[in-house]
Amino acid sequence: MTGNGFFQIGLSFFILLILAKPLGWYMAQVYENKSCGLNTIISPVEQLFYRLCGIDPKHEMDWKNYLSTMLLFNLFGLLAVYAIQRFQAYLPLNPQSFPSVDPKLAFNTATSFASNTNWQAYGGETTMSYLTQMLALTVQNFLSAATGMSLLVALIRGIARRETKNLGNFWADTVRGILYILIPLSFIFALILVSQGVIQNFNSNQKVSLIQPIHYQQPANDSTGQPLKDSNNNPILETKELTEQTIPMGPVASQVAIKQIGSNGGGFFNTNSAHPFENPTPVTNFLELLTILLIPVALCFSFGVMINDKRQGWAILLAMFIIFIPFMTLAVVSEQNGNPALTSMGIDQTVQQDLHAGGNMEGKETRFGIVNSVLWAVSTTATSNGSVNSMHDSLTPLGGLVPMWMMHLGEVIFGGVGSGLYGMLMLVIITVFVAGLMVGRTPEYLGKKIEPYEMKMASISVLIMPLIVLLFTAIGTVTTSGISSIANPGAHGFSEILYAFTSMGNNNGSAFAGLNANTSFYNVIGGIGMLIARYWIAIPTLAIAGSLAQKKTIPFSAGTLPTHTPLFITLLIGVTIIVGALSFFPALALGPIVEQLMLWEQYGN
Amino acid sequence: MATKVKLWDTGILKLAMRDSFLKLSPRNQIRNPIMFTVYIASILTSALFIQALFWHGEAPAKFIFSITLWLWFTLLFANFSEAMAEGRGKAQAQSLRRARREIQVKKLTEPSQKSKVLLLKSADLHVGDVVLVEAGDFIPSDGEVIDGIASVNESAITGESAPVIRESGGDRSAVTGGTQVISDWLIIRITSNPGETFLDRMIALVEGSKRQKTPNELALTILLAALTIVFLLVCSTLLPFSIYSVSTVVSGKVVTITVLVALFVCLAPTTIGGLLSAIGIAGMDRMIQANVIALSGRAVEAAGDIDILLLDKTGTITLGNRQATEFIPANNVSVEILADAAQLASLVDETPEGRSIVVLAKEKYGLRARDIHTISATFIPFTAETRMSGANLPGRQIRKGASDAVEDYVKERGGIFPDSVKNTVDVVSRKGGTALVVAEGKNVLGVIHLKDIVKGGIRERFAELRQMGIRTIMITGDNQLTAAAIAAEAGVDDFMAKAKPESKLAFIRQLQAEGHLVAMAGDGTNDAPALAQADVAVAMNTGTQAAREAGNLLDLDSNPTKLIEVVEIGKQLLMTRGAITTFSITNDVAKYFAILPAAFSNTYPALNILNIMHLETPQSAILSAVIFNALIIIFLIPLALSGVQYRRVSATQLLRKNVLIYGLGGLIAPFVGIKIIDLLLAALNFT
Repeated sequence: MTGNGFFQIGLSFFILLILAKPLGWYMAQVYENKSCGLNTIISPVEQLFYRLCGIDPKHEMDWKNYLSTMLLFNLFGLLAVYAIQRFQAYLPLNPQSFPSVDPKLAFNTATSFASNTNWQAYGGETTMSYLTQMLALTVQNFLSAATGMSLLVALIRGIARRETKNLGNFWADTVRGILYILIPLSFIFALILVSQGVIQNFNSNQKVSLIQPIHYQQPANDSTGQPLKDSNNNPILETKELTEQTIPMGPVASQVAIKQIGSNGGGFFNTNSAHPFENPTPVTNFLELLTILLIPVALCFSFGVMINDKRQGWAILLAMFIIFIPFMTLAVVSEQNGNPALTSMGIDQTVQQDLHAGGNMEGKETRFGIVNSVLWAVSTTATSNGSVNSMHDSLTPLGGLVPMWMMHLGEVIFGGVGSGLYGMLMLVIITVFVAGLMVGRTPEYLGKKIEPYEMKMASISVLIMPLIVLLFTAIGTVTTSGISSIANPGAHGFSEILYAFTSMGNNNGSAFAGLNANTSFYNVIGGIGMLIARYWIAIPTLAIAGSLAQKKTIPFSAGTLPTHTPLFITLLIGVTIIVGALSFFPALALGPIVEQLMLWEQYGN
Repeated sequence: MATKVKLWDTGILKLAMRDSFLKLSPRNQIRNPIMFTVYIASILTSALFIQALFWHGEAPAKFIFSITLWLWFTLLFANFSEAMAEGRGKAQAQSLRRARREIQVKKLTEPSQKSKVLLLKSADLHVGDVVLVEAGDFIPSDGEVIDGIASVNESAITGESAPVIRESGGDRSAVTGGTQVISDWLIIRITSNPGETFLDRMIALVEGSKRQKTPNELALTILLAALTIVFLLVCSTLLPFSIYSVSTVVSGKVVTITVLVALFVCLAPTTIGGLLSAIGIAGMDRMIQANVIALSGRAVEAAGDIDILLLDKTGTITLGNRQATEFIPANNVSVEILADAAQLASLVDETPEGRSIVVLAKEKYGLRARDIHTISATFIPFTAETRMSGANLPGRQIRKGASDAVEDYVKERGGIFPDSVKNTVDVVSRKGGTALVVAEGKNVLGVIHLKDIVKGGIRERFAELRQMGIRTIMITGDNQLTAAAIAAEAGVDDFMAKAKPESKLAFIRQLQAEGHLVAMAGDGTNDAPALAQADVAVAMNTGTQAAREAGNLLDLDSNPTKLIEVVEIGKQLLMTRGAITTFSITNDVAKYFAILPAAFSNTYPALNILNIMHLETPQSAILSAVIFNALIIIFLIPLALSGVQYRRVSATQLLRKNVLIYGLGGLIAPFVGIKIIDLLLAALNFT
């Protein structure tokens, strides 16, 4: 790794922390309905919303009420996204005249965007009209992100409040999350992106002449589409000449801003943030990376403020960083070491100088390089974002293991907006339980006793993810419909399937793109996986919130186990890693681990 | 009652071995979801073994047989641990049963000694019957004394051979079936039906037959069940993963069911799953060893959680009675004269305070107790009217009493009550003492300082409790001033003065509303409401029936400081569960390294690099892991039965120690253990 690489990583985290702290405070103010500085501008709009929709923002909901409102609201969003895709051909803002989307793909995309997954089995610029991109996908980016934050806020209230059933009002939380947090941030960010060259227009695709025509050969097909073969049964090649290129257009900046901020990750273009119109310069790359992590990190601070104990927020954040940094380093080192198969082809992957860092550049953009590509890959999977600026399928096996494993941890290292922290809090509950037993006292977290009911719910929420991922991967590896999508057989093919279901089972959305995911099998199974991953975990989470809110707060004493000490942080890290490792180590051993071993056995020296 | 039982008592050991086989019945196994999965797994591999024996098996019969054998051992070992714990309880119950025998009962038609006596069997007694028990008779059932006074030998219940007094009315009216009247007689109203007596309940509790899962145990079972489900899934999905790998690499063989079952049993938290019920039973047993009967398992657990301890001042923090510590003479009176007068006034005063005055005079001023007849003294006993006691000697009238009573007495006789004595009285009460003023005729001689004596070592105990995170609050009927002084001397954190039954109850409710868990000890009927309200209530065995019924723990030794031990036992119980759970889960890491390369290296030889223990062959690796998994249960039985050591330190220190021992230990131990077993297997040529 080069000094430049270290500097870039350090700078990213430094700026991140500087921005996250005030944002965390700001978000806490928003959700606690206190003055946050933007009230005079936004409050009238907010009140108008409430009046138009007949919402009483002061009406408190219990957990069941909060949950059913959330589910209903999300179902409505899902149906809307589905409908817009299905009627796309008849709707305006479709300059390329794309046909309506196939029902299975539309189902997959609708669940994907409602559940904040943004798994994209489609190519944006070749499938979706501008109206679909804006009205269905971008709108859902805001709604699903705000939903995640509302769920977290309800859980935090459950911890902070006592002897009440009230968890707040889902409508108010969601409206405030959008109006006060997501829209202002996205607005500013979109403007910055536009200033850097990200496009924002409604033009139809542009055709430009190439300065130099390109010639290439491809196998010739006969009239029925079957490849033509010569007498030796070798394919007949035909030479083609290319003189012009189609350049896709569209309202990109507005969607890229929220897809980064709201841990959505669904790109406007198929290649996501590797596309020069989504992520043109090192500056946009830096900022887009920053915004992946911004709200998830800031929410840890909000948590501290809302429970009136900032040390607790710091403790969780620290645990996240301590897990994140070594694994990210492992990935960077692995990519920097390069791919021995490339070396054997005579490609030099050694570091030349700061601006020529060498390493495994397959699938990476030269304008980002190793460090920024890997940092992004690990960040986007640690959080529930899923946007990419390099192709994860081309990472070295170990380099690919890290993003996969970040998801296997349940996306609790920073995690999605809201969902990451509430996932982590479930692990905190399990940690508190084990630690509490070890000090001989009924476990409690922040004064709330952890009893069988909480354990049941926390166990369910931790259980669901490995359940979906392993089960669906198993189905994928033994059915022809699963295997036929694989681009690379062998251990890497296994990794591709595992990655796909890991991504959908964690509402991430990134992919080992070697897998052809736009098949009935992956669209339907994956869609179901995304729904379960998002909403079945929401149920136990809110149930815990409801149960904690009803409890008394036990005063702190010397017999209480403090949950902000280095010891507790270590334990939390241990539990997080062990839960993740025990569930996925065998699968990883048969995928990336064995692939890495075999790669170096075959090509290494 | 609390006969000490050795850890490896041969009698219990034999019974436990027999019981481990009896407990293999499905009805018994299904009660423990984790071990039930092992049960199913064992049946599955047994079937595979039979298949391999007679038809074409998926693996060599010898290999399947060894795995199957050790899986059954795993179950037997778990059963054995439970049987051991139960066996210890049964041994205790045996001695209790001896006390519960059929006896002749003298039933009275009406509650009077002169009433007609009806002879019947103790089994025919019912609530409300009135019986007569005379010297030498056994008390047939639990009851309340309504007439008479007698000394009773309660050693069958308490193990304490010194007889206790039981009398009607007051706080010593409850009697227990199975105890024996040694002298005099009692008329008792029976309060329990046959089969529901204290003795019956105790036997059931001790045997563990009525044990219900406590909330923490339940929560832990849920967590363990969730882990078991995850591992079940991890192992069963390995089959399709293996099928895919074999088909894509076209080498090696698909992993066998036997290996997957072995992996599952190793990964599932069988260590804690197998020992869980033994830990619970052993916790109750430790209470019994401490001579405390837990009337509910929840109480034992709650004891570990309490953060406030309410203690009665008298008898708990201080010795039961106040004692004279000092004679403070009035002006112009020598201390010897005061001591002499004080002693004379107290010679026949049989109250503990009176006796302590005589003792002080003797010890400090060499005044021997004089024979009352030789000095021809008449004694004036204390009455509520005069509020004084004393002695009349020829020509001398000595009185001692509260300062205002004595003041009236001297003024009546034309004397004056000096201001200096008034000051002394004030000083004494400010120090938390009680002042008795001594007067002879119209002259005030001085003041006797009576003091509550704080028990030795109690201050240190409170300091330890504070480190455990438990606040002690002293409860006393004394006034604010006295209470504060004693509280400071004893080192309690807080006190409640002028406590009345209602105010105690209100105080506990208030503490609970603030989120505290409150423990208290009590014996009187007036304690009963507060005991019923407290989260952990230790009733004294010598207490009234009402108090005993309100408590959820019963201290047979009637020692209020026993609460501290109870807290420790409660904590120990939870810690043992936590420690073994941690150990069990961290064990899995090593087991992965043993089994995964063994299971998949024939498809992917490169995976052999994960065989960091360099285990001999795939078979020996898998078998070693299974054997380790079974043996560790046996190794941990002593820990489960005697509990993890509890030290009175802060939660953080405790956690650090336990994480190091059981977390890190659990990570490392199996690497060593599995390697040793593998070496042994290799030496025995079993590879």
